[in-house]
Amino acid sequence: MGQEKIVGKPMLRKEGVAKVCGRAHYIDDMTMPGLLHGATVRSSIARGRILGVEFGAGIPWDEFTIVTATDIPGANEIAMINHDWPCLAAEVVNHAEEPIVLLAHPERHLLPKAVAAVRVTYEEWPAVFSIEESERRDPVVWGEDNVFKSFLMEKGDVDAVWVSADRVVEGEYTTGAQEHLYIENNGAIAVYSAEEGLTVWGSLQCPFYVHKSLVKMTGLPEEKVRIVQVETGGAFGGKEDYPSMIGAHAALLAMKSGKPVKIIYDRAEDMAATTKRHPSRVRHRTAVTRDGKLLGAEIEIALDGGAYSTLSSTVLSRATIHAGGPYYWPSIRVRSKAFATNYPPYGAFRGFGAPQSLFAIERHMDRIADELGIAPDELRRRNLLRPGQTTTTGQKIDEDIDLDHLMNRALAESDYHAKRERFSRENAGAGTKKKGIGFAAFLHGSGFTGSGERYLNSLAAMDVTAEGKARVLVSSTEFGQGTNTILCQIAAETLGVDFDAVEMGPPDTSVVPNTGPTVASRTSMVVGKLVHTAAVGLKKTLVASGLLHEGYSTGEFVTAARTYVAEHGALRSESRYEAPPNVHWDDQLYRGEAYAAYAWAVYVAEVTVDQTTWGVTVDDFVAVQEVGRVLNPVLATGQIEGGVAQGIGWALYEKVMWNRGRMGNNQMTNYIIPTSQDIPPIRVFFEERPFGHGAYGAKGIGELPMDGPAPAILNAIAHATGRQFNSVPLLPEDIFREMAVSKLEPEEVVTL
Amino acid sequence: MSPQTYSLRVNGNIYKVATHPMARLLDVLRVDLQLTGTKEGCGEGECGACSVLLNGELVNSCLIPVAQAGGAEIETVEGLSADERLHAVQRAFLECGGAQCGMCTPGMLVASAHLLSKNACPDLAAIREGLNGNLCRCTGYMRIFEAVERAVSGAGEGQG
Repeated sequence: MGQEKIVGKPMLRKEGVAKVCGRAHYIDDMTMPGLLHGATVRSSIARGRILGVEFGAGIPWDEFTIVTATDIPGANEIAMINHDWPCLAAEVVNHAEEPIVLLAHPERHLLPKAVAAVRVTYEEWPAVFSIEESERRDPVVWGEDNVFKSFLMEKGDVDAVWVSADRVVEGEYTTGAQEHLYIENNGAIAVYSAEEGLTVWGSLQCPFYVHKSLVKMTGLPEEKVRIVQVETGGAFGGKEDYPSMIGAHAALLAMKSGKPVKIIYDRAEDMAATTKRHPSRVRHRTAVTRDGKLLGAEIEIALDGGAYSTLSSTVLSRATIHAGGPYYWPSIRVRSKAFATNYPPYGAFRGFGAPQSLFAIERHMDRIADELGIAPDELRRRNLLRPGQTTTTGQKIDEDIDLDHLMNRALAESDYHAKRERFSRENAGAGTKKKGIGFAAFLHGSGFTGSGERYLNSLAAMDVTAEGKARVLVSSTEFGQGTNTILCQIAAETLGVDFDAVEMGPPDTSVVPNTGPTVASRTSMVVGKLVHTAAVGLKKTLVASGLLHEGYSTGEFVTAARTYVAEHGALRSESRYEAPPNVHWDDQLYRGEAYAAYAWAVYVAEVTVDQTTWGVTVDDFVAVQEVGRVLNPVLATGQIEGGVAQGIGWALYEKVMWNRGRMGNNQMTNYIIPTSQDIPPIRVFFEERPFGHGAYGAKGIGELPMDGPAPAILNAIAHATGRQFNSVPLLPEDIFREMAVSKLEPEEVVTL
Repeated sequence: MSPQTYSLRVNGNIYKVATHPMARLLDVLRVDLQLTGTKEGCGEGECGACSVLLNGELVNSCLIPVAQAGGAEIETVEGLSADERLHAVQRAFLECGGAQCGMCTPGMLVASAHLLSKNACPDLAAIREGLNGNLCRCTGYMRIFEAVERAVSGAGEGQG
């Protein structure tokens, strides 16, 4: 570490100039001759049978291309883990906003009126709108029992600990749905001809997910389906699953009309119809000694998965594995279930289940500390994982971690102890503004869970262009996180050439190999390593050919590469995933090495609770983390700050208001995300301990910052108010209800 | 309503557009003039992705009917980097990591340039206030604040 010239340096974003000049082309910036605009007729009810579809008067229907489920050439399915998610509802609908009919017309402005003129009649059936109703099977809306997936994860003999425990602490913690609110809405363009096959351009994270889904839906051979990611304006997991849906819809309209079709959602449609973060309910029962040693835990996790299973089983898996937090548990049992309801399907969102279970454990740790009369940091200090100990899955910690040090640094940077003492003293006074400081300690597994990376079997490649420029060929996509820049840094460093001598190949399934999806904080660590190996291969070939000699300059590399291509036609090097040694995972028992590496963090939040408005402001935020080697300090800091801001939104502002299964506040006007005036100074600190099996020592980073803010903030609010709030989002009216209304005499209470 | 012809001066160039009076300035810019740098985020004046300057005032172009913009002077993100030279705020956004996904960036840059034209040396509170009509979901705003501060200090060095 330290000798590198490009890795670890704040190289400028590869596509940065295009972005700051307004020249980056997003899906709605593309057009083509003869283009039709597509729109979607959606279910207005949450559950029922479709009785009929009528096309109302006043619309020139003969000018429209109209698609229903009967037009689907292959399987009526969006390919995910299971086979239950229809591309278009045929006979029944299971959630509001479920797509039923597709329309296309050359004039975009005619579509809203046409969509409104399609009248779908239903026989409405009872629907399920909560985890509790789903648990009671009241009624059964999916499979035999409303359960998409369940896990049981056990370590040690938890049944034996309750008798020997000094204290047993119980708690229930809930979290709400969260909308991704990427600034660019979903969109896709499809073109089809019998000779050329199908091409779909889209705002998306995972080109090969869309490819797999469209091959199945169209029945076309794999080589006749081509997916191209265009510049993507934010994703956060929200463009992992849903682009397969919108891509399929554009494809169906293009295949039927024989013309290019563009579908762009407006904000209201995007918010109402696409996936969101899974709501959760987590129950903890913890056995602990008088002096704060954790003996055992029973944890029960329930996720609301929405109407179709989509990615719920894997979200639940990550929630389950992260449920115990960064602590050593002699015994633990985690039971978890993902339930079906009749909300639009919940899907991937930064953190992928971990924020939900980490919110619960980190609130619960503060509750335990409170009950025992031990300081929150002292309770954690006595239980934080240490090298050589095992995690809840029995994974031995062989990384050289020092979580004590991480916590101490976070507490020092935030002046935690002095502020904790001062706020406690000052809050006893008469002032209406109460201050609090709280923190959360957590971990986040990098890459796919368990055997996931082995199943993905990712392939990356590098080649050189006719001009002698090295190209990175991966299906890993850029949507703001810095994929282009980081992977080019790794390639340039490894090749020993200037950053500008390396470029990204197009994220096009007909050009790049399948490097797996751009999810799960896997790009820098897993794909970065593959790019490193491919670059080593490229360099070796050039040196072995005699065209390049050690100690070469960038200019000599370019000349050698150009010559090689001129002489041999092409120069390409590939690299296939190999699991780090000693990674074993039992998918049945949920035992073993859950992740090749973990990122670790301690976040501290300082808040003010205004007892006049009941509003909470976050005044300061310290984020200390160990993410292995930081490959680009500006991009990495931006990832942390952005994740913290989303976490603040999830904790304090962002509430999805449901009305019989439909989102009632599907507008930026009344679904509130943090603005430039809501965000505290976010102070980011990295501890760098290079990870031996990541590219130049990198581990995962993108999702980690979503995990810590909510529990840190609610712990700070508990300090400020003396009340234990265990639910997010926590809005001023929630605090008011708890603190002001409960103080009033019954006749003073007005209905809120 | 039948189409009418409007004359707009955008980034110093004069365009004539035949369109409906209630057509959104955003669509006129993006579709008729093919200036796609200006983005649509929400279509209801909340997110600021479509921010442009209309006669020197910062507006959400999704809320402006073209009838209101006839004869007006309009500046978009494409106008910031005339002659292929980056404006100080563009350079600073690039260096500080102020642009991530890039979708709020055009509006954020126009708002930042507007802020600096009104207040050559804004403090952090003024920067926060000046950008409060522009939502960013990627950065958490810190890199953007830093970029505006850097653009200020860069301008202070007197480089042309």
